[in-house]
Amino acid sequence: MHSDDIVWDTLGNKQFCSYKIRTKTQSFCRNEYNLTGLCNRSSCPLANSQYATIREEKGRCYLYMKTIERAPFPRRLWERVLLSKNYEKALEEIDENLIYWPRFIRHKCKQRFTKITQYLIRIRKLTLKRQRKIVPLSRKIERREKRREEKALIAAQLDNAIEKELLERLKQDTYGDIYNFPIHAFDKALQQQDAESESESDMEKEDDDEDKDKREFVEADDSDLSDFEDMDKLETSSEEEQEDEEETEKKATHCKSKGKTPLKGPTRRKRPYIEIEYEEETEPATKTKVS
Amino acid sequence: MAGGGGGTGTGSGSGPGPGPAEQDVEPAAPERVLFPPTFSVSEIKNKQRRHFMFLRWKQQQRKEKLALKKKRRKEREALGDKAPPKAIPKTIENQRIYDETTVDPNDEEVAFDIATDEFAPYFNRQTVPKILITTSDRPRGRTVRFCEQLSTVIPNSHVYYRRGLALKRIIPQCIARDFTDLIVINEDRKIPNGLVLSHLPDGPTAHFRMSSVRLRKEIKRKGKAPTEHVPEVILNNFTTRLGHSIGRMFASLFPHDPQFIGRQVATFHNQRDYIFFRFHRYIFKSEKKVGIQELGPRFTLKLRSLQKGTFDSKFGEYEWIHK
Repeated sequence: MHSDDIVWDTLGNKQFCSYKIRTKTQSFCRNEYNLTGLCNRSSCPLANSQYATIREEKGRCYLYMKTIERAPFPRRLWERVLLSKNYEKALEEIDENLIYWPRFIRHKCKQRFTKITQYLIRIRKLTLKRQRKIVPLSRKIERREKRREEKALIAAQLDNAIEKELLERLKQDTYGDIYNFPIHAFDKALQQQDAESESESDMEKEDDDEDKDKREFVEADDSDLSDFEDMDKLETSSEEEQEDEEETEKKATHCKSKGKTPLKGPTRRKRPYIEIEYEEETEPATKTKVS
Repeated sequence: MAGGGGGTGTGSGSGPGPGPAEQDVEPAAPERVLFPPTFSVSEIKNKQRRHFMFLRWKQQQRKEKLALKKKRRKEREALGDKAPPKAIPKTIENQRIYDETTVDPNDEEVAFDIATDEFAPYFNRQTVPKILITTSDRPRGRTVRFCEQLSTVIPNSHVYYRRGLALKRIIPQCIARDFTDLIVINEDRKIPNGLVLSHLPDGPTAHFRMSSVRLRKEIKRKGKAPTEHVPEVILNNFTTRLGHSIGRMFASLFPHDPQFIGRQVATFHNQRDYIFFRFHRYIFKSEKKVGIQELGPRFTLKLRSLQKGTFDSKFGEYEWIHK
């Protein structure tokens, strides 16, 4: 027994113990036979010649005991007892084996055994649930994929592609009645006079503008019609001379209120119709009557 | 002479001493520094000088290249109309071998497939898409927010959080409640990194790797929140058979009739096997110009595997796996 004190004095306290791990607040013992896991005078398996632990192997718990009689025989030092699977029975077995042993060791053994059975139960429960599969990432592959994605993004030119697709759809009349752009509206006007009259009734406020347009129209083929949104024909005539943008901007703001369908590209060929418009000077008169 | 000086520097391991001396010599003939053909910069043992020589060599290369370009440009201008046409740079898209599995819309087989595959009910307008969005266990903030934003983008979608439920048990429940699609967003280290898209009444399951996820607040110059209108869908470059089926999968997420009043468009653009998802609001400024403004989240997908039935990792029959 007195050698225990010597061992503790040297290994435990003063000199180097390879099982000891020190942290800021505490020191731990890495010895596999340690009962509590801490580095203490009473928990050190090296510094106590009468010692016992509980260890678990493949789901079964064993009680390991060491006595001073077997101290010179390292191979036979630790005696192993298999504990029963039943919790209460196992506790009784511990009590029975450690019957005259110090209270500390008995108590700590039972605590350790309890903890072990609890985590074994948890393992069994978890294996029944879904397991998360951990897949290793190869760094080389990850880097390669990232680089390729960047290059693909640049090659894709997303904004351009989307805009192109939307314009395609506009040309192919998928949007129906919603949008109203000069050429298309012009064709619509040509095809259905009724639609034009409806739009005129919508645009009551622009009667004056219509008159003004007609006036300008008659006087000279001016292009100062940018402010007027009403008559398709007049607008298309100004188109020839001006850019579409100013008009179409204003049109876009009112696009939903109008009920004209956009038409396709070939309507450009109907430009000569604008000249026909010149001939139809009588029409404005009729339209004033209507409005 | 300058080249000879560099040559004798080889192997001598000399320090910076001879270096500056040679520098003084060489600027005397700056344009005409000629490295002898047997000279290689890597043979100089001294690191400083080797580095210096290498820079010198690089400069010379650049000058030669520039001179060559200028000469070619002059020749081209001189020839005028007779000049040979400009060379088109080779890109991956140009150089790609024609893929035999490209979908030809007139092909009978393809048409038959389209009529009879799992998406036929959707395309025949027999079913209305109803999406369930969920995540892997214990999602973190970013994933949660991403799910919410995704559900605003896809109409008729619901987000349910998985609290430890097994997917195999969720699926029959979903089918019973008339869900048509299931989206599971997988999370790793607090960012979403995977997407499983499963068409429900025993439809195909596609597993994607998701990258570059940007939430709405991280997008620059974004617009207001997406409204409730049904967006249009653009599917670009889904040309092969596999791509075609994946494209149909994406299309079946959205209801058939887009509300053009909303002016929203969801784009799935496939480029070199990366599928870029964007959500924009567009406005036609004229018939030739359209403005788009990005709202909504954006992410990139790369297909990892396509499975025939619903989600089943062990016994599923894989149509396609990325090697």
